Amino acid sequence: MAEERKIRVLVAKPGLDGHDRGAKVIARALRDAGMEVIYTGIRQTPEMVVKSAVQEDVDVVGLSILSGAHLELFPPIIDGLREKGMTEVLVVAGGIIPDEDIPILQQMGIKAIFGPGTPIDKIAEFINNEVAAKN
Amino acid sequence: MTSKNKQEWQETTLAATLKRFPERQERFETSSGIDVSPVYTPEDIPDSDYSAALGYPGEYPFTRGIQPTMYRGRLWTMRQYAGFGTAEESNRRYRYLLEQGQTGLSIAFDLPTQIGYDSDHPLAQGEIGKVGVAIDTLEDIEILFKDIPLDKVSTSMTINSTAAILLSMYIALAKKQGVDPAKLDGTIQNDMLKEYIARGTYIFPPRPSMRLTTDIFAYCSQNVPRWNTISISGYHVREAGCTAAQEIAFTLADGIAYVQAAIDAGLDVDAFAGRLSFFFDSHNNLFEEIAKFRAARHLWAKIMRQRFEAKDPRSWMLRFHTQTAGCTLTAQQPHNNIVRVAIQALAAILGGTQSLHTNSFDEAYATPSQDAVTVALRTQQLLAYENGIGDVVDAFGGSYLIESLTDALERQATEYIDKIDKLGGAVAAIEQGFQQKEIQESSYRQQKNIEENKSIIVGVNKFVSPFPNISGLLRVNPEVERKQKERLAQIKKNRDNDKVNKALKNLDEVARSQDNTMPTFLDCVEAYASIGEICDVLRKVFGTQKEYLVF
Repeated sequence: MAEERKIRVLVAKPGLDGHDRGAKVIARALRDAGMEVIYTGIRQTPEMVVKSAVQEDVDVVGLSILSGAHLELFPPIIDGLREKGMTEVLVVAGGIIPDEDIPILQQMGIKAIFGPGTPIDKIAEFINNEVAAKN
Repeated sequence: MTSKNKQEWQETTLAATLKRFPERQERFETSSGIDVSPVYTPEDIPDSDYSAALGYPGEYPFTRGIQPTMYRGRLWTMRQYAGFGTAEESNRRYRYLLEQGQTGLSIAFDLPTQIGYDSDHPLAQGEIGKVGVAIDTLEDIEILFKDIPLDKVSTSMTINSTAAILLSMYIALAKKQGVDPAKLDGTIQNDMLKEYIARGTYIFPPRPSMRLTTDIFAYCSQNVPRWNTISISGYHVREAGCTAAQEIAFTLADGIAYVQAAIDAGLDVDAFAGRLSFFFDSHNNLFEEIAKFRAARHLWAKIMRQRFEAKDPRSWMLRFHTQTAGCTLTAQQPHNNIVRVAIQALAAILGGTQSLHTNSFDEAYATPSQDAVTVALRTQQLLAYENGIGDVVDAFGGSYLIESLTDALERQATEYIDKIDKLGGAVAAIEQGFQQKEIQESSYRQQKNIEENKSIIVGVNKFVSPFPNISGLLRVNPEVERKQKERLAQIKKNRDNDKVNKALKNLDEVARSQDNTMPTFLDCVEAYASIGEICDVLRKVFGTQKEYLVF
């Protein structure tokens, strides 16, 4: 029996912000939920995030940001992923993101925004369902 | 019946009740895993020699407070951390806060300023003015403190990698205002070690960073004697997820490393130790937090007196700022945060803090709005004036529970410090990822407890209900970026660029030597060299540090 390919997730911290508690907790929890998780560490430029996503051939990119720079830093990531042909990759985000920005980010192609207090099993379930629907 | 001691009571009265009415939980414990028993008695306090164990306020070992009268003499400094957008906007917020009765300033800088990039640097784009005010040159500092006489306020600056540069700008501005630098009151955070552990705004490797730190100690002891040269911070490690005991331990271990570095650089311990200050978090467990502040004070006094043989009582005193725990604020039902903040602030006051920042209820969404920050400041004023809390020193001193917790936390923290010593000290331990790993373990455990409903957060995993959106959130105007870049371009055009180049070249030479870097930083900023230009010189000399990534 062929072993099922694990879902591959890149957890990334774009921008200069060092608040990595959430990103690290999510990364570990998704790993515990059976996914293959790559964590970039802090201070990633959009180009670095795109490069890691391509290199690691991930199914999911999770962006964590708390500095308020999401409207500036997310678009080049989304564009870069498209340019590299990663049109199928599921992009989700979390951190401190005001409600009014959520539709803007969703329109950009970010599938879900998980704000503070979101249960992690809900995030894992969302990723599992979305990736399954694509396959 | 009347029990003769705690054990007898447990075996008789308590046991009988437990058979019929079991307690709500199998075990009650603090964040640090300390068992909480149903009641505390004299038997829970190990050392019965009152004066040796506790002492009196204003005397070694300072468990009860660093001043004899504490808040009966003067209330703690109410100091709200603030800064956003341009220097003009932040200046307006500071003057508003001072008008509302705030007693000290606390400056938040944006991330490019903290990491040494000018506003026109590619990595700064999107971050300018976001989590604090954008500063490129002395001109921004002049605007930031417009109509605020520097001899009338005390100013705390949350700045680390670029602390020497921002302090130099503050000194330069004082000179322009005609204020003697020797009269300046304030604090720079200047705590690089916790940046590698938790906060993330490092630029250079630890050893050159420590050299900049000790240069500041030496310079200020001669020229800015009232300045707090460092604020050794537990706040950020706690926010990153560690326990109360780890917060004490990692902070004091960093403190030990700074003191040792300064002694190794040839300074006399009593020449600088009195200007060291600390910064702690105030979290949710009221009793554990009160005990934490007391334990930290006691332990530091012992470390300074016994380990470093400091002679001046000022060197033994742990003076600290407190901020309520940002990580406990919820986006759900945000007004509940006002209550959380009030109780955390109470813990800090009962723990004997010297200054306090109370968080605003909207901070799970954005940088605080003016309305939200006003409620936060009023919370402190309520606690100061309406409840009699400050009328007595160390109100909980002698409480069987608090004394027992103080002792237990100090024991746990001491064990951690011993471990860090064995690893070669705080710097070596960071290089091995020790503190980072411990924090990650604790933070993951806390998250699991929340997920499994073992820890209750009202409005998040219990008592969940719909809540209205909060209005009036602060948004940084996107115009800020353009304005800030324009101002920088203007300054670069109009300043004496020969003078700038000369100052930067001199900095390069001094940074490569053993000489104190502070006077050259002062020359650079007075010539209106930018933070980015100054840091570029240092990056060339010192190299840059990659993340100590433990995952």
